[in-house]
Amino acid sequence: MRAQFEPSCKSIYASVFSAFALLALAQTTQAQTASDGIAKYREMIADGNPAELYEAAGEELWKKPMGPKNATLEQCDLGLGPGVVVGAAAQLPRYFKDSNRVQDLESRLMTCREKLQGIDPQATIDAPFQVGPKKEMEALVAYVVTLSKGKKINVSTTHPKEKEMIALGKRAFFFEGGPMDFSCASCHGENGKRIRLQDLPNITTQAGAALGWGSWPAYRVSSGQFWTMQQRLNDCYRQQRFPFPIYGSEVTIALSMYMAATANGGIVQTPGLKR
Amino acid sequence: MNKQRRDVLKYSAVFGMMAAAGLISEAQAQAWNKAAFEGKSLDDVFKILGSAPEKSGAVTLNAPDIAENGAVVPVGISTTLKADQMAILVEKNPSTLAALFFVPAGTEPFVTTRIKMGQTSNVYALVKADGKWLMSSKEVKVTLGGCGG
Amino acid sequence: MADPMRVRATESGGVVDVKILMKHDMESGQRKDAAGKVIPAWFISTLNVKAQGNDVFNAQFGPAVSKDPFLNFKYKGAKGDKLVVSWIDSKGDKRTDEATVA
Repeated sequence: MRAQFEPSCKSIYASVFSAFALLALAQTTQAQTASDGIAKYREMIADGNPAELYEAAGEELWKKPMGPKNATLEQCDLGLGPGVVVGAAAQLPRYFKDSNRVQDLESRLMTCREKLQGIDPQATIDAPFQVGPKKEMEALVAYVVTLSKGKKINVSTTHPKEKEMIALGKRAFFFEGGPMDFSCASCHGENGKRIRLQDLPNITTQAGAALGWGSWPAYRVSSGQFWTMQQRLNDCYRQQRFPFPIYGSEVTIALSMYMAATANGGIVQTPGLKR
Repeated sequence: MNKQRRDVLKYSAVFGMMAAAGLISEAQAQAWNKAAFEGKSLDDVFKILGSAPEKSGAVTLNAPDIAENGAVVPVGISTTLKADQMAILVEKNPSTLAALFFVPAGTEPFVTTRIKMGQTSNVYALVKADGKWLMSSKEVKVTLGGCGG
Repeated sequence: MADPMRVRATESGGVVDVKILMKHDMESGQRKDAAGKVIPAWFISTLNVKAQGNDVFNAQFGPAVSKDPFLNFKYKGAKGDKLVVSWIDSKGDKRTDEATVA
């Protein structure tokens, strides 16, 4: 063994290194304590998701005769056949023959409300979130997604239009713009990113996409509101200081298509309960 | 008998009658404790509830160490004692008393709910057993979450 | 009447676990609107739960109870018990819902 107190380069490096290691460990432990604490908090509020209130309202709306045609939505085809709701959300977005385009849940619900009930989608598109026709949409979404909870995310990627939308969605995901040159990828394009205490899923990977796509729509505790995916996207764009996308527009459907396709194989956890 | 006592008796007699006649529920019969809910400090509320509670290991406060959002903080109370009332107090909230619970015979002295916390603060779980108030408390850190999620 | 509550009640070993989700803004009276005016407090103030016609729980809420309030309590009961949950808020608005213990 070397003379104990003879400082050699090796031992100085060793002690400096171990000091940094200890510091890093302390910070990691602190971070871990915070994230353990957050995990416990999330566990404690997991039971009794206020989204259930929206789901109950949505189920009523599904079965209620509405609009100029005074019809219910019970014949609405969400991709698995008229009136089949169980498991439908896990397979959206998808290509629909009757409208000849790829649609996400919300745009498909607008189609059903128009075709079956005679309700003009424009009023829904124009309404602010959480109000009037959008409020009805939020309830319907809560109902439909609840009936896919636990199912495997399984969107089709074979139809040419589906392929097109995945490609468009990927481009939109990486498209930098707005005054801060942000893109979705700025926050969701790498592992280990975080905003204050919220871990940001890396949506370019299957695991991250499954986490993100699979847990929205969700009841958001900070606003006391149930947010659909369209509202989540809208708010992401707001944070990036982009102009707001039009509700149900191609780019929003494309982004959903890209996220869902990347998430394929993951488990649907909606309705989520978020900060 | 002083005027206050007479008024209290008069009102409680009226409430009692109305409750008996089924005109209002039992909860209304125990009218909403306005004074308690307007208390601006622990001492204010303790005074109105009757007495300052003693710390007790028989009272369990179930709350997270850290709340991701102060708008929804899960808080639970349980106790091994035979409690007929329970209360949740948040020391630094604008109004200290968050909620008051009444436990009829046959109901467990247990409750879970969610409260708003304006900032990191001590949270108190109170139970009343045998006419005495007892409590347990802990600090709950409130953080401002991120922009997303 | 206000929006419906969600009441779930399950019995096990003679104890009924009751979970209630109420739809209510529970405005604290601490917030200001876009114009800077205080949004007045508006919240559920009392809640009563009866099983088979008898009180099994009473709660009084202040504005510090969270929006869309959640409540969980337990009482000695049986499957098939008829629960009646009612609340009144600070404006006098009411809601009553029923449920059967599973």
